[in-house]
Amino acid sequence: MTEGRPRLSGSELRLAYDDRVVVENLDVAIPDGSFTVVVGPNACGKSTLLRALARMLKPKHGAVVLDGADIRSQPAKDVARRLGLLPQSPTAPDAITVADLVARGRYPHQKLLRQWSPDDERAVSEALTATGTVELAERSVDELSGGQRQRVWLAMVLAQETPLLLLDEPTTFLDVAHQIEVLDLCADLRERHGRTLVAVLHDLNHACRYATHLIAMREGAIVAEGAPGEIVDAQLVEQVFGLACRVIPDPETGTPLVVPAARRVRVP
Amino acid sequence: MQSSSRSVGLVLAIAALAVAIFLSLALGARSIPLSEVIGDLFHPDGSQNATIVHDLRLPRTLLGLGVGAALGLAGALMQALTRNPLADPGLLGINAGAATAVVVAVGLLGIGGLTGYVWFSFVGAGAAALVVYLLAAAGRGGATPVRLALAGTAVTAALLSFTQAITLLDRDAFDTWRFWWVGSLAGRDAETLSQVAPFLIVGALLALSLARPLNALALGDDAGRALGAHVNRTRALGGLAITLLCGAATAAAGPIAFIGLAIPHVARAIVGPDQRWVLAYSLVLAPLLLLVADVIGRLVVSPEELQVGVVTAFLGAPIFVLLVRRRRIAQL
Amino acid sequence: MSVEAPHRILPGRVVRLRGGALALRIERRPFLVGCALVVLLLAVAVIGVGTGDYPLSPAEVIETLLGGGDRSSSFIVETLRLPRVLCALLVGAALGLAGALFQSLTRNPLGSPEVVGFTWGSAAGAVLVITVIGANSGAAVSGGAVAGGLLSAVLVVGLAWRHGIQGYRLILVGIGIGLVMRAGTDYMLTRARFEDAITAAVWITGSLNGRSWEQVRPLALALVVLVPVALALGRTLRALELGDDAARALGAPVERGRLALIVIAVALTAVATAAAGPIAFVALAAPQLARRLTRASGPGLIPAMLMGALLLEASDCAAQRIWPAQQLPVGIVTGAIGGCYLAWLLASEWRGRRTA
Repeated sequence: MTEGRPRLSGSELRLAYDDRVVVENLDVAIPDGSFTVVVGPNACGKSTLLRALARMLKPKHGAVVLDGADIRSQPAKDVARRLGLLPQSPTAPDAITVADLVARGRYPHQKLLRQWSPDDERAVSEALTATGTVELAERSVDELSGGQRQRVWLAMVLAQETPLLLLDEPTTFLDVAHQIEVLDLCADLRERHGRTLVAVLHDLNHACRYATHLIAMREGAIVAEGAPGEIVDAQLVEQVFGLACRVIPDPETGTPLVVPAARRVRVP
Repeated sequence: MQSSSRSVGLVLAIAALAVAIFLSLALGARSIPLSEVIGDLFHPDGSQNATIVHDLRLPRTLLGLGVGAALGLAGALMQALTRNPLADPGLLGINAGAATAVVVAVGLLGIGGLTGYVWFSFVGAGAAALVVYLLAAAGRGGATPVRLALAGTAVTAALLSFTQAITLLDRDAFDTWRFWWVGSLAGRDAETLSQVAPFLIVGALLALSLARPLNALALGDDAGRALGAHVNRTRALGGLAITLLCGAATAAAGPIAFIGLAIPHVARAIVGPDQRWVLAYSLVLAPLLLLVADVIGRLVVSPEELQVGVVTAFLGAPIFVLLVRRRRIAQL
Repeated sequence: MSVEAPHRILPGRVVRLRGGALALRIERRPFLVGCALVVLLLAVAVIGVGTGDYPLSPAEVIETLLGGGDRSSSFIVETLRLPRVLCALLVGAALGLAGALFQSLTRNPLGSPEVVGFTWGSAAGAVLVITVIGANSGAAVSGGAVAGGLLSAVLVVGLAWRHGIQGYRLILVGIGIGLVMRAGTDYMLTRARFEDAITAAVWITGSLNGRSWEQVRPLALALVVLVPVALALGRTLRALELGDDAARALGAPVERGRLALIVIAVALTAVATAAAGPIAFVALAAPQLARRLTRASGPGLIPAMLMGALLLEASDCAAQRIWPAQQLPVGIVTGAIGGCYLAWLLASEWRGRRTA
């Protein structure tokens, strides 16, 4: 945080699963207080990058730095009080209730003898309220729809009350209204609570509308980053996704709106 | 994997099986040259060797072939039906059912000799399989993998404790039980073979006919239904095939562990998830493993014999562990 | 101590002591189920102490335990019966807890000490001592069993270890090693003299016959150490249930915690096996039964412990009452009772769900 250095950054990252290198020599910095969105085609390494930032994946080279120190050298619980992650496809234990699942997000704040403090109670209530899942609290997670389940998991991560929040495709499985709802919630978290969010998203238009900072990746490298209005144009979309398109101002917000070119233009 | 290389692999496996069959005929406490084996097989001349080959080793080898194929197919079917890679005849209560029936026959009814209790074992296996299925299917969600496994464990535990009670109270029953329970092909004659063969054949044909609906069911009940598969009918027929195969195999040779569990995993590791190929490979690889194990058991402590159930475990487990370690077990 | 009114969102009462230094959330149903289990446990234990060649009424048992009673009844209670009952309770609790740990770790309702090959390993060790070495003393057989069980557990965990432990791989490797141990046991049984084979078979079944303070003391000592550690690790276990990624994101020590939990569960199984042999099914059934009664999510370690103790003591009472002359091993009854009860629960579960 000193001399404007962001809280979360990575330098010279080489990320690989066993021997398959996905990301090579990548530098990234997450601006404090931003809603950073990572976009890119399938298998471009965006989820891998997010996992490395959340210390799920150990870099083969380079380091992820949180608050000035290598994230892997810090105590796990200590990190977990500052950095939260919503994994891509989390698994809920059998027959767990919504309230109990969300309460488990309080793990890093609890101690052996002090397992349920007023803070825990408040954080869980707020997380349930913020995600609109209060009325589901008594239900079993097994019985929920995909959209409800995603909101409940988001609530669990919110209950963790971390200033930094990483979300791996939080809008998958949701209908369009719920997608907007989740993204509105994310924007709220940033604007009202000053949290920093990093999300991997599939929908480029959602990314343009909500992101304050956009990172476009292709083949394990960052192609462009910056405010969506400044970097997103037809050329970038063509370069990153290989899709011919027009980029027009979003009639609602003025942010870039990507409109794929008609089929007769793309397929002569 | 290409279809053609799968076919080549299958042909190779069949060739290996043929070699194993000849070895099983030729080797033992008294080894007989291969040329003589073939002569004795088709033109028995009354010599001692001819009698050994024709009256002892031929039925034993054929039985090993049948039992192995049955266990391999049944294991593949169970794992596909329950979508549980841990399913095997031991897990779903079938071995316990057969064992209980054998102990009842020997201990309570005083029936001795293999031919006497074969039928009991068969009925016991079928009854246990039925009870397990009914228990698992009683719930609203139907026979889900977890419910099947739980029901199988419950039934196994209850039956085995019953078996133990009888065997600890009746010493003759215990003595018979300990030799049957270990799993062996020794001393099985042509009569045993002819008793179980019809069930093995019908069960195998039924199992093979289910390959296509099983492929559809592998995507889940709903997706299977959407693809036009009859979920309940496939389950019921599959259960029938498993009972026929396991009941007959267990009756003839005792509860031989590991083959039903491991062979389908090996098959899936080679050919992928297509049930048609998995079943075909299981049908060939399982008797191959069983016959090789039986021959090894005859040789290692000669002139004594190591029961085939012991050898399959010692032979199969390291391969199985290696497989588990080396790659992600091919998902169902 | 202050007790808050039930909160609207999270079920249960929050108990705080000493200005919040100790704060726990206690849910109503698991708490009541736990209390009911304790009451049942005491009742069954009293009946158990009264069971045997010289039956004592519950009133006499309680009187004797409280220091009254004549000399013969206090001898019967304190020297003969009480150690056996305590042994049953402690072994049952250890197995119930070990089962709950294994089931939660492997996320499989079939998780039990058999998962790491322990049960068959200890059977092989005991049978080896009885039939090959020819030793028959309790200590030698217990030693053989624990050595065999630990050997299998180390083998399984070692073979399953690859960038850490994964529940699924642990189960499969455990099944493989367990089958080898079973095959070895079966083979030794077929080669053994008949009398030795019978002795071994009784031991494998698991029995509480003739257990004295000699077995109770080390068992109690071990549990005093192991149970608090297990309960303290319960929080990590709850995090692990969410999957490795989520647990790591919450700051839980995933690999270290899992290894520690396995070690504790194996140790619990080992001390139980040393005292009473590999008793079937308690570790498997107790957590499942407890979970269905409490209807709580999470590992439910304490209810599983209580249920294990109840299950084993009730089984031992039943074994002694049904066949008073035969001295049947308790393992037979745990299998029968546990198996039937679990089957009944499975069959009746859907009715409960529909009305709920």
